[in-house]
Amino acid sequence: MTQRRDWAPLLQAAPLALVLLLFFVFPLVATAVVSLWNYTEYSLVPDVTSRNYAEMFEGCGNLSDGLCTTFRTYISTLRLCGLVWLCTLVLGFTVSYFLAFHVRSDTVRMALFLVCTAPFLTSNVIRMISWLPLLGREGLVNQALVGSGVVDAPQDWLLFSDFSVVLAFVHLYTLFVVVPVFNSMMRIDRRLLEAAQDAGASGWQTLWHVVVPLTKPGLVIGSIFVIVLVMGDFVTIGVMGGQQIASIGKIIQVQMSYLQFPAAAAQAVVLLGLVLLVIAAMTKLIDIRREL
Amino acid sequence: MDTTIRAGRRQLLQGAAGLAAAGLAAPAVHAQGAVTLRYVGTAVNQSKEIKDKVKEDLGITLEYVPVTSDDVVRRAVTQPNSFDVLDSEYWMLKKIIPSGNLQGMDARRIKLVDEITPVFTKGEIAGKKIGDQGTAPMKVSYLPTQNGKSFATSPTQWLTLIPTTYNADTLGIRPDKINRPITSWAELLNPEFKGKASLLNIPSIGIMDAAMVVEATGQHKYADKGNMTRAEIDLTMKVLTEAKRAGQFRAFWKDFNESVNLMASGETVIQSMWSPAVTAVRSRGIPCTYQPLKEGYRAWAAGFGIPKTLTGRKLDATYDFINWFLSGWAGAYLNRQGYYSAVLSTAQKSMEAYEWDFWMLGKPAAQDIKAPDGTVLEKAGAVRDGGSYEARMGAVACWNAVMDENDYMVRKWNEFIAA
Repeated sequence: MTQRRDWAPLLQAAPLALVLLLFFVFPLVATAVVSLWNYTEYSLVPDVTSRNYAEMFEGCGNLSDGLCTTFRTYISTLRLCGLVWLCTLVLGFTVSYFLAFHVRSDTVRMALFLVCTAPFLTSNVIRMISWLPLLGREGLVNQALVGSGVVDAPQDWLLFSDFSVVLAFVHLYTLFVVVPVFNSMMRIDRRLLEAAQDAGASGWQTLWHVVVPLTKPGLVIGSIFVIVLVMGDFVTIGVMGGQQIASIGKIIQVQMSYLQFPAAAAQAVVLLGLVLLVIAAMTKLIDIRREL
Repeated sequence: MDTTIRAGRRQLLQGAAGLAAAGLAAPAVHAQGAVTLRYVGTAVNQSKEIKDKVKEDLGITLEYVPVTSDDVVRRAVTQPNSFDVLDSEYWMLKKIIPSGNLQGMDARRIKLVDEITPVFTKGEIAGKKIGDQGTAPMKVSYLPTQNGKSFATSPTQWLTLIPTTYNADTLGIRPDKINRPITSWAELLNPEFKGKASLLNIPSIGIMDAAMVVEATGQHKYADKGNMTRAEIDLTMKVLTEAKRAGQFRAFWKDFNESVNLMASGETVIQSMWSPAVTAVRSRGIPCTYQPLKEGYRAWAAGFGIPKTLTGRKLDATYDFINWFLSGWAGAYLNRQGYYSAVLSTAQKSMEAYEWDFWMLGKPAAQDIKAPDGTVLEKAGAVRDGGSYEARMGAVACWNAVMDENDYMVRKWNEFIAA
């Protein structure tokens, strides 16, 4: 009898554990193992070599000719990531705040919430391509700017620049912040806001001392989504950056397409390590589980 | 009463069988159930018209598996059982053949093998040698034995690929925005076009376009642009990096549609381009020229290969399909899109004289030139950019290639993108 009670939870957890083992742990271990392999033009050579890591960080110790490719690429990716994070966080928080505290009717709230998902009704690629006639040199924005006399010549920085990449990311990923932050805000006990008001707090003080601390878990979850998505991206950065902006995802994609799987695996392992560090730091600061 | 009906039905069945047999073309009777061939390749040649015509003429069903050129190599190397026909480019063979996943094709089973253009068999056109820098098809067309993993240096009975299409690539320009003649590859990095130039972001091809520029500006003369030394790769990438830092490039493009959009929207006025992309820009009513340049063209070629594991009826069907492909209809279809077909004599028979004059002889169009789908590509009187087949293919300077220093080149390219 006791025997059975011990086994039951294990058996219940087994299907999920198996799925995770097969589709999550195994590929991860395989990636780590392959990153130590050697390779030729057309084959993978099982081996334990540091070649892939050595080539990745080649010249990184010598700072006299500027930073090495890997560091430059990481800095470029991290910079974009930081910009997108900041924008999505501010925008996502504002949108959620409006939805949670200013919209009074549940129906209107749901309707507006669905409107937020509108960008996801078309494919990722089409959404990005449609920026071209808008932001291009002969696009609508430039026509309007030149036509109204604000600028003399079409502005090139609107497209194929950091600006356009961040814009596309914000457009794509703000919803990933809105959802968890909105969820956190809806759980805030409204009596706390009234209490703050009664205690004489101004609107900003209430926002900063009551609402923000209580939505931290939502902000952290949203941040994790955004950071993970941006760090691994190569399509958006490629299309919106005119393929001229370096990203880790792009390097991995190029290496994969030249059958340099071990080199790509090594890049992936380093990227994974970095992203895990960032997430660990964030969850260290705020315990998502306790506050959920 | 009962028996008559039964007899009637049997006759009917026999009649139907006879009809079915008669409906199939004589050389290929695939009567015992239809054969389906899985055809992996880039979407370039995978058109519905060809598929329908193959079904009609041979009774073979083609199952298209469209993938990117990188994935063609990946498939051939890692999943050789996932296709029956491989539509591969010749440069890919340097990666695929050493894996041993393709079988040499028996020249005796290819009816028109002697009719294949000398571009492939001798590396010459109308008796004149053409440029063979890079992975020229000549160098990788033959295997020493059927299951060879390296290339034969002279023609043998075993062919790696049976050529299907090939073409000569150059720069596309917007003549309405440039307003002066462009005659050299050097113009791609001319500061006059700062922020209005673009390059192909496929490292092995992009670097060759860059090499054409470096040679045109007289900075270096390569022994083989398709197989650079490390020092040459460094030099080429340095030139490109300087141009990139100076803001020469508006964007790089990776796929067909991107290149069309860049050019049509006016973001770029000069860029590396593919022939049908130029046609696509022009069909929107926007002037675009596939500009012949004095340093010559960068050429590419594609062909059919068959996996080692293919045997029996499927193998026979594949040979039938390849023979059919060379027999004229498909060749004419490809020529009408601005590509070139491997066997010209049969294609000519399937084309109207005025079409042949326009596409192959570089003569002014006697009447409107139409694409296979009927849209008008060129008005009467127009002349093809670059002129005749002999003028264009004869001016080939190098071929798309895989370098011996490929790994190093890819690392340097990533460095360039990060610069």
